[in-house]
Formats: sequence, C-alpha cells, structure tokens
Amino acid sequence: MNIPDNLKYTKDHEWIRIEGDIATVGITDFAQKELGDIVYVDINTLGETIEKEAVFGTVEAVKTVSDLFMPLTGEVIEVNSKLESAPDLVNTDPYGEGWMVKVKVADPASANTLLSAEDYKKVIGL
Amino acid sequence: MKNTALTQKHISLGAKMVPFAGFNMPVQYSGIVEEHLTVRNGVGVFDVSHMGEFILKGDKALDLIQKVTSNDASVLVDGKVQYSCLPNDKGGIVDDLLVYRIDAQTYMLVVNASNIEKDWNWISQHNTFGVDMKDISERTSLLAIQGPKAAQALQSLTDMDLASMQYYTFKKGKFAGVDNVLVSATGYTGAGGFEIYFDNEHAEKIWDAIFNAGKEFDIKPIGLGARDTLRLEMGFCLYGNDIDDTTSPIEAGLGWITKFTKKFINSEALLEQKNNGVSRKLVGFEMIERGIPRHGYEIKDAVGNTIGVVTSGTQSPSLNKAIGMGYVKTEFSKPDSEIFIQIRDKSIKAKVVKIPFIKK
Repeated sequence: MNIPDNLKYTKDHEWIRIEGDIATVGITDFAQKELGDIVYVDINTLGETIEKEAVFGTVEAVKTVSDLFMPLTGEVIEVNSKLESAPDLVNTDPYGEGWMVKVKVADPASANTLLSAEDYKKVIGL
Repeated sequence: MKNTALTQKHISLGAKMVPFAGFNMPVQYSGIVEEHLTVRNGVGVFDVSHMGEFILKGDKALDLIQKVTSNDASVLVDGKVQYSCLPNDKGGIVDDLLVYRIDAQTYMLVVNASNIEKDWNWISQHNTFGVDMKDISERTSLLAIQGPKAAQALQSLTDMDLASMQYYTFKKGKFAGVDNVLVSATGYTGAGGFEIYFDNEHAEKIWDAIFNAGKEFDIKPIGLGARDTLRLEMGFCLYGNDIDDTTSPIEAGLGWITKFTKKFINSEALLEQKNNGVSRKLVGFEMIERGIPRHGYEIKDAVGNTIGVVTSGTQSPSLNKAIGMGYVKTEFSKPDSEIFIQIRDKSIKAKVVKIPFIKK
C-alpha cells in the first residue's frame, strides 16, 4: 500500500497536495483498491465553491459507486479531463495522473485540520 | 458466517472476501474486468459452493416437482437439466433453480444460497406426496469452470468426453481421481463450460487438479463480482435483484420456463397474466448518455414521470458501455423505447434493447 509522506489525507480516503492556496485532490491507493476497476469519474462542480466535507463528485467502479468529499472549503478550478476517457488512471496512478480536481482553497491555514500520512495509515489499519 | 471448503484457498490466493448470503466468499482476485474477460475469452473457476442442493427421491418425486416448479419437468430424461422457478401463491417467485433428473425416482434441485431455508420450507410444505427430501448443501461443493476453453482445460482429468456434452446435460463419473463427481454442462455466464458437484472432502484435491490441468490454458480463479457482470451481459436474472417474492415470472420474461401444460402453484393466476398481459415488464437497456445504472434507481419518461425501477446495472466489461435491467411500464418495454435513469440529481438518457446484451 502506497501512502506518500508528503501528502495530506482525509478519513474519507482523499489525498491532498497543497501548493500555496491551490489544492490538488484525488483518492488514495487504499480507496482505489477497495473500489476495484474504476469506470467513470463523474464531477460536474467545476467553478462551484464547495464546503468542506460536501460532495464534489462521484466515482463509479464496476461493482459500486462512491461519493467524493471536499477536503477543504474552496472553488473547483480544474477537473482532470484525462479521466473522461481513461478513468482507470485512478487505479493505475492514484497520486499522479489519476488526480481528480484542483481547488482554490478559501483558507489555506485550514489545511492543518487534515490528516498526516501517519494518521491516515492508522485510519486504514496499517 | 459460513465458509466453503475452499475459503482458506481463496484467502491464500489473495482474494478480497465479502459476506454473501451468509457465506464468506471471494468477490474478486485480480480485478473484476480482468476476471470477466478471462471467462469470456479463456477459462476461469468460480467456487459457488454456497449454493444449495436438495435430493428428492421416491415414486412421486416428479409429482412434487411438477407442483412446485413452473417449467415442465416431465420432459426431462436421465442426465438432463432444466432451468425453472418456484412460483409462490401471491404472483411472485420463491426462487429460481435448476432441476436435475438423476433417474426416474431421483432428482436434484439446485437453489440460491440466500434461499436455502426458505425453499426447503416451501417445498416441504407442499410435499403431500411422501417424497423423501434431503438437504445436501452443507456437504456439497460446487465449482463452475466457465469459458470457451473449459472443455479443453478439464479433459485430461476425466474419461468423460466433455466437448461432446450438450448444454444442460450432465454425467456422473470419475474426475481428478475422485469417484461420483457430477459434471454438468451448465453455468450462468453465457461463456460455456461446466459445473461440477462433489463432496467437500475432495474440494482441495479437485481445485488443485483443475488448476494444474488448466495451467496451459491460463485458467484463473474468478470472484462473485465477475459472475455478476457476466450474467448481466446475458440478461440472466439474479434472485433478489431482478426477481423476488413480488415479481411474477411473466413480468420477468420467464414465460419460457412457465409451462401451462400442467398445473402448478399459482398457475391459474399466471396463465391469466399471460393471456391478459402484464402492466410492467423486465427489460434490458443501455445508457445513451454517460452514467452507470444501479439497483434501485428510478426509471423515468421524457417528462419526468416515474415509469419503473432499475434492478441490475453495471459497466459491461465486454461491451465497454453501461447496461442494466429494470421493470418498466409495458408501454415502454419495446426495443428502442427512450427511457431515463435517475442517477443522483440527473435524468440520464437510455434506451430499451433486446437481451442478451452480448450476441454470440
């Protein structure tokens, strides 16, 4: 299980990479393994400001569907368009090409509420 | 939670295990899509030992079967299998099942794991014929070896000529050195292959023999996840999803296993449905716009009226598009009818298509 130390996490299995006030968000290696083959990433909140922990999209695997939760309040400024035709990038490269959205974070200081890699590993029982 | 005789085997192979019908079962090994395509194009093995088996024995065994099942079991001969269902007395279905004629006095019924107790009680309650009934589910293992390469992959394990076996026939014989294995040319994947029944004590030996014999055909273990996508591509009903205590066989498109050449439980009401028509029908549909249908989603018409409900849905690994089944008002059941699936806050366009989704 790959849980990179340089990222932040949520208990809902999103990862967050923060650069200034821009957060890149995806789902963790644990989450993609649990979901299995991902066939559709449905995000239609581009341009919307979404509250922390509200749903910003959904991810569909062959067998199941799961909501995506906003880790920090902010505006969705970009959606990974590659996932439109290649949703399996979330399985093969969850922290790289499988990223989902970029968010302009309302309050960058709120990032300290997120989990560290070490804390997240405890959440998933590692 | 119950285990099958092969649960440890699945765990040691790295399967993801889930509770299913009270059993600890493998839902996937390498991934549903890869496993699905293995069965469609090659050969794979499912442990479906959770399924139930009843032996009915006696001069009146056929009479009991004719009373409780909808298909006409009198056409069976020794070595033939029949798909059928157990209608209830309220217009619904107790379960769907396979009926095996072992000899004129001996039949085996194969039922869904989730319904073993319900079926047993239902059939027992109607056993006014003094038929001897035995539930051998707990001591019986069942493997489904499915796919176009199944006969080749298994042939070295038995003298029974597998390739020549007709669909829905079975034989009993020596398999992988074990006597009295029931080899049945059946399955619920549409990919061809066999289902084999034997006592639990032989499970590991037979499993290992199958994987050794099948090595050169790239045989792989397959989980219940791919079983579901495979059956759905064929438009086969899954009990609890597409059919249940409230859906009639006529509505579910199971008229072909509902034979009015004999009387059976609720046959008069079902005949009336057949003659007068039903107000809803189970149909297959494919998504036109992007979205994946799931069990329980509402089906709407173009102006937003609810016209039905999705019973099964997935992204088809073979077709690479989203497909589903569901009940719709009869006027929307013709192929090419435009329907809309309510997916979260959106109505997503779909159209009714003929099943099976996969054409041979």
